[in-house]
Amino acid sequence: MKMPEEEREVILSQVGEVLKDFRLSRESLIPVLQKVQEKLGYLPVLAMEKVAGDLGIPAVDVFGVASFYNQFRFNPPGENEIKVCMGTACYIAGGKIALDSFERRLEIKEGETTADRKYSLERVACVGCCTMAPVVVVNDKVEGHVTPTRVDGILLGLETGRQNEGTGRDGEGRQNR
Amino acid sequence: MSAAPVQEYYQKLQEEARTKSAAQKHLPRVRVGVATCSIAAGAIRVKEAFEDEIKAMGLEAPVIDTGCMGHCYAEPQAIIDKPGHPPICYGKLDEDLARRLVKDFLVDDDPCFEFAMAALEPNDFFPTFEDYPRGVYEKKMILGQCGFINPEDIGDYIAQGGYAALAKALEQEPEDIIREIKNSRLRGRGGAGFAAGLKWERCRAAESDIKYVICNGDEGDPGAFMDRSILESNPHLVIEGMAICAYAVGAAQGYFYIRAEYPKAIERVRLALKQAREKGLLGQSVLGSEFTFDIEIFAGSGAFVCGEGTALVNSMEGNMGIPETRPPRMADSGYRGKPTVLNNVKTFAYVPAIVRNGSAWFKSTGTPESPGTAVFTLVGKINNAGLVEVPMGTTLRTLIYGVGDGIPHDKEFKAVQIGGPSGGCLPEAMLDVPIDFDSLKEAGAIMGSGGLVVLDEDDCMVSIARYFLEFTQQESCGKCTFCRLGTKHLLDILDAITRGEGTPESLDTLMELAEDVRDGSLCNLGGTAPNPVLTTLRYFRDEYEAHIREKRCPARVCSDLILYYILPDKCSKLCSACVGSCPTEAIYTREDGIKAITQEKCVKCDNCLKACPPEYLAVIKLSPPVLPEQQEGVKN
Repeated sequence: MKMPEEEREVILSQVGEVLKDFRLSRESLIPVLQKVQEKLGYLPVLAMEKVAGDLGIPAVDVFGVASFYNQFRFNPPGENEIKVCMGTACYIAGGKIALDSFERRLEIKEGETTADRKYSLERVACVGCCTMAPVVVVNDKVEGHVTPTRVDGILLGLETGRQNEGTGRDGEGRQNR
Repeated sequence: MSAAPVQEYYQKLQEEARTKSAAQKHLPRVRVGVATCSIAAGAIRVKEAFEDEIKAMGLEAPVIDTGCMGHCYAEPQAIIDKPGHPPICYGKLDEDLARRLVKDFLVDDDPCFEFAMAALEPNDFFPTFEDYPRGVYEKKMILGQCGFINPEDIGDYIAQGGYAALAKALEQEPEDIIREIKNSRLRGRGGAGFAAGLKWERCRAAESDIKYVICNGDEGDPGAFMDRSILESNPHLVIEGMAICAYAVGAAQGYFYIRAEYPKAIERVRLALKQAREKGLLGQSVLGSEFTFDIEIFAGSGAFVCGEGTALVNSMEGNMGIPETRPPRMADSGYRGKPTVLNNVKTFAYVPAIVRNGSAWFKSTGTPESPGTAVFTLVGKINNAGLVEVPMGTTLRTLIYGVGDGIPHDKEFKAVQIGGPSGGCLPEAMLDVPIDFDSLKEAGAIMGSGGLVVLDEDDCMVSIARYFLEFTQQESCGKCTFCRLGTKHLLDILDAITRGEGTPESLDTLMELAEDVRDGSLCNLGGTAPNPVLTTLRYFRDEYEAHIREKRCPARVCSDLILYYILPDKCSKLCSACVGSCPTEAIYTREDGIKAITQEKCVKCDNCLKACPPEYLAVIKLSPPVLPEQQEGVKN
C-alpha cells in the first residue's frame, strides 16, 4: 500500500523534530525510537529509515533493534487501544479468557488492529495491578476483574462513548476525560 | 578533604526540612497512597474527594501523595494524621467514604474506627499493624517508609534521616564502605544472589578513569512489581544507595534502567533526581565534598533478557539486548567498556541502612548465608495480597498463611510459584522450606526477583508450566540454539499435552530437553527457563499423566479437555441468566424449561458458570469432556 505524500511528510518532519533533541549516535537509538513512537503511535518503515540515515547506522540494525523489544510496534494503533494483561496473576485468574473474548468480539487476533482502525488488541506482560486480576488496560485506564461479560460492557461503553461510567471503580482515565 | 563541612552541610539541610515539616505539625494531614496499583483501584478519585470536601468544609488540611504501603488488597488507602489522635490508616476507600471521613473525623473528631485498618502508633483505642499476624512476621528494612513519606518531596525523606548515610559515607574512606558492605554479606536481590560487596571491590580495584553505577529496574518478571513500588514510593532511598556505591567504587556517573512500561516510576525518579540536584546531593561536589556524581534515566523497552547484565548494557548502547560471554566481568568491562557496578533496585535500597547501622545490625536479621530480609509480591489465590518484607529464613508456610492470611473461598492450596519464569512450583510438602537463596535453589525454585504466586486446586500445573514456557520462548533472544529451539520444542510438547495429544514418551522427552536447555544456554534466561517444567514434573507428575492417559485435566482448566454442562436437577426453570450471558447463543431452553448447552457452539468462555446464581450452581465443568448421557450410553 502506497503512503500518501502528506503522510510521508508528516512522518519525516516529526522524526526530524525528535532527532533535534538527541546526540546523533548509536546510543541514542532506543530513546529516539521511543520518542518517535510516542509522537506517531507506531514506527513506520519510513521513520526507521530516516532515523538510520541521521544516526549513521544501517537501516537493518534499526529494524533489528525495534523488532527486538516489546515496546515497539509497526502498525498504527487503533483509536481505542486495548491491552490485556498476561502477567502470572492475571493468567491464573482468567486473563486468557478475557483475551479470547476480545478476540471473538472484535474479530481480530492479539497484535492486530480492526480494519476500521477503531480498536487494537495487544497482550502485555504484567502491568503491576496483580490484586485486581484479571486486568485489562483500555486507553491507559485500568479495568480490574474483567470477566467476559465485562468485556461486552467495556466494548459497549467505548461504542457509546461512555467509557468511564458505570464501573464504579476506575483510575486515571477519568481525569483525562 | 575535611569531614566537617559535609556534616555541617547535611545538618543544615536536615534542619531546613524538619522546620518545614514541623510547621505543618499542628494541621491534620491526609496521606493518600498514589502508586500505579492504587491509581488503578481509584486513588485519584479518592484523593480528589478528600480535597474537595476539605475545601467545602473550609478546613486547612494538606492532602499529600504517598506511595504504596504494600497492602494491595485494601487499595485505595489513606492515612489520616490528626493532632490528638494516633495516625490511622483506612483501606478500601471510595469517594463517599472519603467525604464521610472528612466530616466525621476532621470536623467532628470521630475517627470512624469501623473503617480503619490499623493505627500507626501504639495507643489505647485501636490496634496497630504490628498487632496483626502480618505485622508480627514482617520486618521492614527497605519498605519501612514506603507509603508513609511523600516520594515527590525530598524534604520528607531528609527530615526522617534520609541522606544521613551518604553524609556518613563521604566522611569515610571508600575502602571502609566496601569492607562494611562485604562484612554485611549483602547479596544481590535481582535473583542470582551474588555478593554485592565483591562486585564493588572488584570495580574499585579496576583501573580506569571512568566508571559507572547502574541500577537495574528492568523488572521483567510477569507478576512481580516490588521494584516499581519502591521507585514510586521512595526513590531517594535508591538514589542514596547508588550515590554511596558510586563514592565507594569511584564512579561519577550513574544510570537508572527502568522499564518504559513504568511511567509513574520514571516520572517520580526524574523528579527525585531534580530535587536531589537542587539540594546539592547530586552533581558537582556532593554535600559540599569533592565527590561528584550524577544519575540519568534510561527507559528500557521491555525485554526480559535485559535482566541479564551484559544484555542490559548492550541495550543501553543502542543494540539488541543479547547477552555475552563472561569474563570479562562487568566490574572490569561493562557499560562502554568501562568498569561498571550493576545492582538491583532492592540491593541499592539496603545500602543506606547498612552504612548507617553497620553490618552487624544487618546480619542480625535473616540467616547466616542470606542475611537481611526478602521482599515478595504475594499474589494469586491469597487473601491479603500485596508487597511483603520478611526476614530471610521465614518459611513459605508462614509467608502464605501468616502474612498472606491463607487461600480465599476455602479452596485447597496446591502450589506456590516462586521466582517467575525462571522459578519453580513447590507443593504443600515443601512449605516448610525456609526462604533464602540456597534453600529455594535446592528445592528447584529460585529466589528470583521475588514474585510469589499462590495456586489453588483450580489451577492446572501443566497449563502453568506451559504459560511460563510460552513467556521464556518469546523472550529468548535467540543467541543460543538450545534456548531458541529448545524452549520452542518444550512449548510444543506442553501444548500437545494440554490438548490431550500427549504420548507416554512426552514426559521423558520433556525431562531430557529441559536438562539440555538448562545446560546448553549461555545466560540465566535459558539456564533457568526449564525450571517451571522440571519442578511441575517433579512434584505434580500425576497431573501430566492424567492429561496424557485419561485426557483429563484435574483442575478443569485446559479448554480442550473440558466441557460445560448444566445439571438438569439443579437448574431452575425460572431463571435465564445463563442464556443471556452466552456470547454464542449456545444455551437453549429445553421443552421442559431446563437449560442445556449446544456443545458445538460453546466457546468455553466461562460466562454461564459465573452467571448461574449461587443458589443453583447448576453449571459445572466436566473433564474428560464426555457428557453424562454419553457416559451412560457407554455403560449400557
